[in-house]
Amino acid sequence: MKKIVLILSLLCLPFLAGGCGSDDRAELTVYNWGDYMDPEVIAQFEEEYNCRVNYETFTSNEDMYVKVKNSSDTYDVLVPSDYMIERLIREEMLRPITKDSIPNLANIDDSAKNLAFDPGNQYSVPYFYGVLGIVYNTAQVTDPVDSWNLLWNDKYASKILMYDSIRDSMGVSLKRLGFSMNETNEANINAARDALIAQKPLVMAYVTDNVKSLMASGDAAMAVVYSGDAAIIMSETDSLNFAVPKEGSNAFYDNFVIPKNAQNPELAEKFINFMLTPEIAAKNIEYVGYSSPNTPALALLDASWSENAGFNISNEDLARSEIFKDLPNDVMEIYNRAWTEINVSK
Amino acid sequence: MKSFKEYIAYPYGLWMLIFIAVPLLVVIWFSFLSNPDFKAGIYTFTLENYQQFMDPVYLELLYRSFLYAVIATLICFLIAYPLGNLIVSLPGHRQNMMIVLMIIPMWVNFLLRTYAWMVLLSGSGLISQFLGLLGFRDVSLLYTQSAVILGMVYNFFPYMLLPIYTSLKKIDPDLLRAATDLGANHFQMFLKIKVPLSLPGIVSGCMMVFMPAVSTFVISNLLGGGKYMLIGNLIEQQFLTLNNWNFGSAISMVLMTIIFLVLGIARLITGKEFDTGGQLL
Repeated sequence: MKKIVLILSLLCLPFLAGGCGSDDRAELTVYNWGDYMDPEVIAQFEEEYNCRVNYETFTSNEDMYVKVKNSSDTYDVLVPSDYMIERLIREEMLRPITKDSIPNLANIDDSAKNLAFDPGNQYSVPYFYGVLGIVYNTAQVTDPVDSWNLLWNDKYASKILMYDSIRDSMGVSLKRLGFSMNETNEANINAARDALIAQKPLVMAYVTDNVKSLMASGDAAMAVVYSGDAAIIMSETDSLNFAVPKEGSNAFYDNFVIPKNAQNPELAEKFINFMLTPEIAAKNIEYVGYSSPNTPALALLDASWSENAGFNISNEDLARSEIFKDLPNDVMEIYNRAWTEINVSK
Repeated sequence: MKSFKEYIAYPYGLWMLIFIAVPLLVVIWFSFLSNPDFKAGIYTFTLENYQQFMDPVYLELLYRSFLYAVIATLICFLIAYPLGNLIVSLPGHRQNMMIVLMIIPMWVNFLLRTYAWMVLLSGSGLISQFLGLLGFRDVSLLYTQSAVILGMVYNFFPYMLLPIYTSLKKIDPDLLRAATDLGANHFQMFLKIKVPLSLPGIVSGCMMVFMPAVSTFVISNLLGGGKYMLIGNLIEQQFLTLNNWNFGSAISMVLMTIIFLVLGIARLITGKEFDTGGQLL
């Protein structure tokens, strides 16, 4: 299946190249998370700057990294998260941002700037942020939702959805045991692994994109999700709520970056600046659902957003949460192995 | 002088070379490297990727994948063989219609059909609601081992039916009549004439189901909810998330070697006939 797709896409390459020649507009290649930008906004940018945007999407930081590192395609704008930005900076794959070309940076709240993964925002411009938490069905969950322990409660057997991602699922287990999201001690990582193996019989599924329908239909009672996904699910379904457990969680910041080998860095900066305009940012927020550091954009939102627990993350929740760090390879190997063992276990 | 036939085979040969042989060689080459840095031109040859696979965790995964694939193949066979016999006994035009009916679902994209099963099997889906009417409440079939096997059976079933059907159809009815004339009862005729003559079709069908089933990762992901990892998922994970292409290549090689062995055994069972008769259409 994959092979066929690959072969077909390879065969199409020459046609693609031919196609570009006939269109003399400048080209910008953007690589972003799936469902993470309003397509209308991209069309608007194309029109205003008379260019063509090749928009591609990925489902995890790791997928993005593998592609950017190994593929011969070049990208002009990427939207990785904190720890991945840290890795890209360390591997000298990014190009410093010319701040003069992005005056709209002034719209961004200081709380999202100058974070540890990119001090002084030399390489990255904030886009969205969020916290990992639990979205739950208020009709089915009778216990208080304030601890990760809830996910180990056998009262909700086969009603629990976990997040199919190494760092996130392991992070939840680590936090529950009182360790750090960025744990490097092998014994502690293995303790978190064992807890997840013990939890597996209670888990309905490890999912990424299927959460929405399973929560909306009531098939699942609770799910580990990021705040913005919760915000979107909650805006469409009643009787759902979102909470960040007291043990703390993972907070992330997704920022725009420009790779070193970008073909069109000037246009990339225009693109980033355009996305920070309040009207455009507001459109993206209503489409994406994640919390935005763009202060003037918040004033333009529909009133319902101010009551959405997934969109409005409290400062306490943020303060209790840790940002992922890029872990050294030998530690990641322990995580990878632990994750495989969880996957294989019954 | 070469015949025209040989010349038109050249593009096919070239195609095979570029899209099958070369990628395969790259996979073999990758599987023997350890953390190559292509830009710096550093390649270290090693066997450690294969050694890594000898871990009980991975071996159990291999065992599980084979178990699921064998079960799925068996179920397919148990449904397809009687069905094949039934279709062959129908008049000609109805035979064709039955075969077309079997093939039509394959025109719909494989992923789409699997997603449809997710909807059908889910707790609020049709099947669960029907079971609820019968008094079985709260049965969730989605994200279970059975759902994974069901997905395999459903998706690969036509590959079992078609070779069995063709091999049954090729049996000369006179042979069967002769057997009855010579005093064989229905059961004897079935066992001594029909089964041996349709064996190439059976083996071919089993292979066609077993091979995609043992290496699938989409079905186990979608219908198993990530809880029932198979060897295909492990390979996918090595390539897409963990960025360990060398280990991923090594696993692919192990899987491929085993599949070749199984094919070899199948050849032994059917002898030369496997090459000539009973292939898919």
